[in-house]
Amino acid sequence: MRIAIEGLAARHPAAASGSLPALKPLTLTITPGEQLAIIGPSGAGKTTLLHALACALKPATGRLLLDDIDPWKLPVSQLQTLRGQLFLAPQAPPLPPRQRVITAVLAGRLPRQSLLASMASLFYPSHIPEAQAALEKFGLAGKLWERVDRLSGGERQRVGLARALVSSASLWLVDEPLSSLDPSRAAQAIDTLTRSAREHGATLITSLHQVDVAKRFQRIIGLRDGALQFDLPSTEVTHERLAALYAQHEEELLGATANGEENTAENPHIAPLYCR
Amino acid sequence: MNTPVSATVVSPQLRDPAWVSRLFWLLAAAVLLAPALVITEFKPWTLFEPETIKSTKRFISDFFPPKIETEFLLLVMREAWRTVAIATAGMALALIIAVPLAFISTSAISISALPGRMHALPFVLRQATRWLLIVLRSVPELVWALVFVRVVGLGPTAGVLAIALTYGGMLGKVYGEILESDETHATHALLRNGAGRLQAFFYGLLPQSAPELTSYTVYRWECAIRSSAVLGFVGAGGLGQQMDNSMKMFQGSEVATMLIAFMLLVAVADQASAWLRKMLA
Repeated sequence: MRIAIEGLAARHPAAASGSLPALKPLTLTITPGEQLAIIGPSGAGKTTLLHALACALKPATGRLLLDDIDPWKLPVSQLQTLRGQLFLAPQAPPLPPRQRVITAVLAGRLPRQSLLASMASLFYPSHIPEAQAALEKFGLAGKLWERVDRLSGGERQRVGLARALVSSASLWLVDEPLSSLDPSRAAQAIDTLTRSAREHGATLITSLHQVDVAKRFQRIIGLRDGALQFDLPSTEVTHERLAALYAQHEEELLGATANGEENTAENPHIAPLYCR
Repeated sequence: MNTPVSATVVSPQLRDPAWVSRLFWLLAAAVLLAPALVITEFKPWTLFEPETIKSTKRFISDFFPPKIETEFLLLVMREAWRTVAIATAGMALALIIAVPLAFISTSAISISALPGRMHALPFVLRQATRWLLIVLRSVPELVWALVFVRVVGLGPTAGVLAIALTYGGMLGKVYGEILESDETHATHALLRNGAGRLQAFFYGLLPQSAPELTSYTVYRWECAIRSSAVLGFVGAGGLGQQMDNSMKMFQGSEVATMLIAFMLLVAVADQASAWLRKMLA
């Protein structure tokens, strides 16, 4: 998918309309099949940029063009069809705890499935081999019939990524795919993502905390405080540029590979109260 | 040396600062409750006046011994079973009302609300559905039963319809609240990736909230059993109707048997629902 953003700024939906945008006006073009990494310290606007590209966030100013179409000029139903072409993998894996892994992976097929077919797949999963192949590539071959809440945090994250492989999206937007993976799993996951994106002919944009992993991408975008610092081939991203990008946030640059342990922490469940 | 603590003079720092507000709320509760007692003519001492005690004794002594003839016991069992059937059929119809309305009223599966604010039309539709559910549930099932007894005549059908309407509203409203309050991360991720509303509902929202929804449904089924016995008193069939007949005939021993049967029924339903809910946990 050909992407062009022209002076696009975005702010979080909950933010006040007068407040400073999380992403300042930005102009970029990305050619089909390109693979690029977005790096920058926490709060730089990486997630906001991914959300804006995924049409999950409406630009405050400027515009987004996907294959020369402005998605926000489309009616809601057509925009939703277009979203089927965009795969956004949030940093926290979006998997219901009681769902089985097979169902969670096959959910990636929903946009190209009729309602009837997706209901039938809940009764007896369709495309089991496809899901199994996707899981295998992330080293999760034995987890097909497990329930999501039996998996570790790192395994959940990889199940979330495996979903991309069964989708038919032509743009993959992956937010911090390695945040709860150990270094060897991280290397495997990023290899799988880049190779599969190439096989699917999909454009891959991923935000990363690990600068050394980002170096494996052809092109790196550096964001800081919501503004573009650089947009360069990875060979030209020097230590000086990185040091400037992460100034005052050096611990994120240095500790980037150290915090990669598999974490199994659960989100605390908040028990709601109702009038019954 | 320890600070001497006098009985009369306590230093201000050692005084519980929350004391005043605690006293205030205690007094406020008393002031608010007093009119309620007056309005409800709450005079418990009349229970112990000689005249009352005599008539109570007469009424209660009628209960003993409970009637245990085989034929009568069979009748009671049949009516108890009918009560369960009324409750279950009523719940089934209530689900037909509640599930689609709860689905419509849930903003968690709004596509237009994804990038910010929900569009006006879906917002109005969702609010209207919520109001409909509130109206359905705010009419007590007893009132619906009285209406339907006049429409479809005496018998279980009126009970089934009464439970269907009130419980439909009740279930729909609480289902909507459960769906609304649950974690929407999985559902929104699916919607953002282009899934339809129903697809996102079945692949994201439902697996998230299914245990809570089922547990509430089972609990409501148990309530429906109790409530369908009460509905019998206005002629909507089941154990309640028989109890009402026997009471009007001053057949205390029959009433006693049916009361015991009813308690057993409620206990069994309670156990069954506790067991079901434990299975789901």
